[in-house]
Amino acid sequence: MLDEYRTKSYQAHLRPAVDENLIKDNVAIIGIGQTAFSRNSQRDELDLACEAIKNAVDDAGLSISDIDGLEALTLDRVSMPTLIGSLGIPNLRFTSEVSFGGGGACATVMHAAAAVATGLADYVVCYRSLNEASGHRYGRGDGYAEYLSKAPTLHYGYYFPYGFLTPLAWAGMYARRWMHEYGIKLDNTGWYSLVLREYAQKNPNAIFYGKPMTYQDYLDAPMIVEPLRLFDCCVDTDGAVALVVTTADRARDAKQSPAYIMAAAQSIPIETEIQTSYNRPIVSGLPETWYVGQELYRISGLGPGDIDVAELYDPFSFGGIIQLEELGFCGRGEGVDFCEGGDRIRVDGELPLNTAGGLLSEAYIHGFNLIAEAVRQLRGTATSQVAGAETALVTAGPGLPTSGLILRK
Amino acid sequence: MTSSYDPTRDVPRPARWEVLYRSSGPFWDGVASGKLLLQRCASCARWLTPPRPMCPGCQSREHEWVQSTGRGTVHSFATYRHAPHPAFPAPHSVVLVELEEGPRLVSSLVGIAPENIAVGQAVEVVFTHAADDFTLFQFKPAA
Ligand SMILES: [Zn+2]
Repeated sequence: MLDEYRTKSYQAHLRPAVDENLIKDNVAIIGIGQTAFSRNSQRDELDLACEAIKNAVDDAGLSISDIDGLEALTLDRVSMPTLIGSLGIPNLRFTSEVSFGGGGACATVMHAAAAVATGLADYVVCYRSLNEASGHRYGRGDGYAEYLSKAPTLHYGYYFPYGFLTPLAWAGMYARRWMHEYGIKLDNTGWYSLVLREYAQKNPNAIFYGKPMTYQDYLDAPMIVEPLRLFDCCVDTDGAVALVVTTADRARDAKQSPAYIMAAAQSIPIETEIQTSYNRPIVSGLPETWYVGQELYRISGLGPGDIDVAELYDPFSFGGIIQLEELGFCGRGEGVDFCEGGDRIRVDGELPLNTAGGLLSEAYIHGFNLIAEAVRQLRGTATSQVAGAETALVTAGPGLPTSGLILRK
Repeated sequence: MTSSYDPTRDVPRPARWEVLYRSSGPFWDGVASGKLLLQRCASCARWLTPPRPMCPGCQSREHEWVQSTGRGTVHSFATYRHAPHPAFPAPHSVVLVELEEGPRLVSSLVGIAPENIAVGQAVEVVFTHAADDFTLFQFKPAA
């Protein structure tokens, strides 16, 4: 049924020719910056955004006056004019915002890339700033219900009268069906979380730095929403991350080794809701992630075996594991087996994964921290450096309109 | 033992469909009168769930409302072990019901403890007055 759905819904449509893609190899990320990641920043999101952006601009060897474009998520609460006024950008020429929450993370880079590739701007900064731990928490239903009741999104009105209020439960619905269809045992799912926690022990910026976890710790942690335990969930974080995007021509003069964009893609398949796409033929998969993967491979000319390091958006461990299946790193229903024992996804394994700790153990900056880590891997400056890493695949939020990148050295 | 869900509490209401999305009006009006009505394209017979003004299969704006048998199976479910909201004390289960007709609806189950819910279980619709002016559709294990 899945194959039929994919064939009819996606593959029948023509896709833009690769040789007309102005982004491929013509755009690069030349600066990355961030704040400290914490559980309580005691600073406002404007302050965090300013610091991360200044750090990214410094990292690129530029000054604020070089920046002429800004790119954010619609979810970001920092007022862009206020931010511009605070940073002191003399004349901004390009702004854009991407919808879909974390699903838009990689899309911000794609849109920034489109702007610089077409000459609308020279240097575009993508940023995300949030006090997710100390401020507004997406994982809490009481505040979320109020937000959702105002959200101009049709389907939520059918869900929250039943107390179906939080991303974890929405993901749990996918996870239960996936476990049912593939016979996945609940207690076998911990290796993904465990390996990410190992990576965090090498990364002093990670929220869970200095807090190692055993498999028994994983099993002993409370169920939050069955079938998901505490350490299947991402870590609420206060912090900000920023990225500087420019053309490959300008990138040659950059202070840092550029991370070139081989491919960038977005996908919004029909019948996609925000994390609750339950009226598609399948509930056990992530067709938008599959499609993004297919587009990234088609545009880049690479395949899953050519990816040296993957940074997968994992709001929940199961979301990361199912992405391994959708992106072709293993077969359908084989993601848990792929992670068994952890060796395949460790730094010297066949697919080093979320090498700074991911959203589960480094920080939840809506996936912008994953893009920054991919850039560090290609520069050779990661805390768990993959030897000779030349290609990196990054994804954005699964189970909603999503996006992805393949970067190269 | 029944679900901990207590519909007499002040539960969050659906979005103001009469303002934002008028297509949902007949669905909730149907629920208020004890009927589960599904929207179907009058041109190509595609189910439109949730209701919407245009069929995504053939772009027709003509549709009809068809009363569901209210029978279905549990396609998936999730059980909160920590309450997400004061109106829904844990443990609280939310189910995804696949109706006989095909569409799937998010709902909750009455008359069964969360630990006894299973994928594939047969269920049938019941209607619950959640407040004076608000009726919910829920499901119970099929007889
Ligand atoms: Zn139709």
